Order: sequence, then structure tokens, then C-alpha cells
Amino acid sequence: MSENLRHPLKRVRGLGSAKEGVAHWWTQRVTAAALIVLAIWFVSMLLTLLHADFATAHAMLVKPWNAVLMIAFTTTMFWHAVLGLQVVIEDYVHTRWLEVVTLVLIRFLAVLFALACALAVLRVALGG
Amino acid sequence: MAQTGRPLSPHLGIYRWGVQMTTSILHRATGIALAVGTLVVLWGLLALAGGADSWATFKACAGSIIGTIVLIGWTWALSFHLCNGIRHLIQDAGKGYAIADFKRSSWLAIVFSVVLTVIIWAIVFSGGAA
Repeated sequence: MSENLRHPLKRVRGLGSAKEGVAHWWTQRVTAAALIVLAIWFVSMLLTLLHADFATAHAMLVKPWNAVLMIAFTTTMFWHAVLGLQVVIEDYVHTRWLEVVTLVLIRFLAVLFALACALAVLRVALGG
Repeated sequence: MAQTGRPLSPHLGIYRWGVQMTTSILHRATGIALAVGTLVVLWGLLALAGGADSWATFKACAGSIIGTIVLIGWTWALSFHLCNGIRHLIQDAGKGYAIADFKRSSWLAIVFSVVLTVIIWAIVFSGGAA
């Protein structure tokens, strides 16, 4: 009983910092929730574009809402992918230097690819 | 994990198979597959930004037999990761942990992922929506 009345802070003091705490776990869930909506939008859009020619597909992405949602989708997709791959790498890569190199590499690639997607959408949307 | 030589807890080999083992490993496998699949999304957008010619090349590759097989696989991976992901979010909220519920929701994720894939490709092969 007395244990339950104690402030949580009292118990964790002196046990070291929580560093990022639950940030990774929480961000993975938040991006997952966003991707439920964005992925369904993305697949639905692809289905309406089946057998569409270049001009139709191009015109679709020129629409502001589609451009915004597309950048939101690709950014969230790469973000969620990195968080997931990170856990897999941490679980299965037991050589420390290889683990760190791989973790940094997937971050670099994900940011690069997310930026490339955003630029591609902007080029289409802004008519460059 | 460091190789310390200390005793380890029993691993997969000693347990009787349960459907929840399959959905668990499939969630990882489809996640990795989808991470690779992000490159197709990137490729498609770059092709669209590149103009009519690069778009035609992309469409030809996506519409080829190999491309179609990969896209069907990718559709199922996305469907499963979506269904099982929603299952995980519900579990994160503390629901569905009774063993019977846990197994039933595993089967539901598998069944819905197949149904979703079939619906999507039925639309594709029947000539497209709208």
C-alpha cells in the first residue's frame, strides 16, 4: 500500500536516465496510425489510375490535395520503415560495428529517398 | 546480443506451433518486404516527374509478368501488415490478450489480408475502378 502511494519519481531516481524513453515505440505507433489512412488513400488512388496515360496520372498529382497527401504518405512511409528496420537490425545483427553502420546507413538512405520523393511530387505539382 | 555463453531462455524449437507465431514473424517479414517496396514508390514518382518516356518505361516494367507478380506480392504484404498492424494497435491499447482472442485475431488478420488482396486484384484484372 505504502509503495503505491509513493511518487513514481521517488522510485526511478538514481536508476539512471531514461534517455529517449518510449519515443521510438510511440513514434512507430503514431506513424502506423497515419499510414492506415495514407496507405488506403494511396492504393485507392492507384486503382483509379489503372491503365491511365501519362497526362492523366500527371494531372492527378498536380492537384494540391493529392500532392500534399503524397508527400505525407512517402515521408511517413520512410519514417515508419526506418523505425521498423531499426528493431530488426538491433535484434539480429550481433556485430556491434556492423549494427551501428547499418543503422546509420538506413537513416541516410531513408532521408535521401524521402527527399527525392518530395522533390518529384513538387516538380509535378509546381509544373517544373 | 553479446555472446556471453550464459544460459538462454528456451527458444522457438520447444513450443507447439500456434497461428500467432506465424502472424508475428509475417509482420516482420512483410515489414521488411514493404521497406524494399518503398523503392517502387520512389521509382514511380521519379518516373512521373521525369516525363512521359520514363513513365512509359515504369508502366511497362510494372505491367510485365514479373512486375505483376511482384506487385501482387507487395499488395498482400501491405494488406497483411495493415490488418495485423491494426491488430497490434488494438493490443497496444490493452485489448485482445486472452489466448482465444489472440489466436482468433491472428486468423482474422490472415483472412482479411487475403480477401483485401483478392478484391484489389479483381479490380485490376477487371479493367480498373471508376
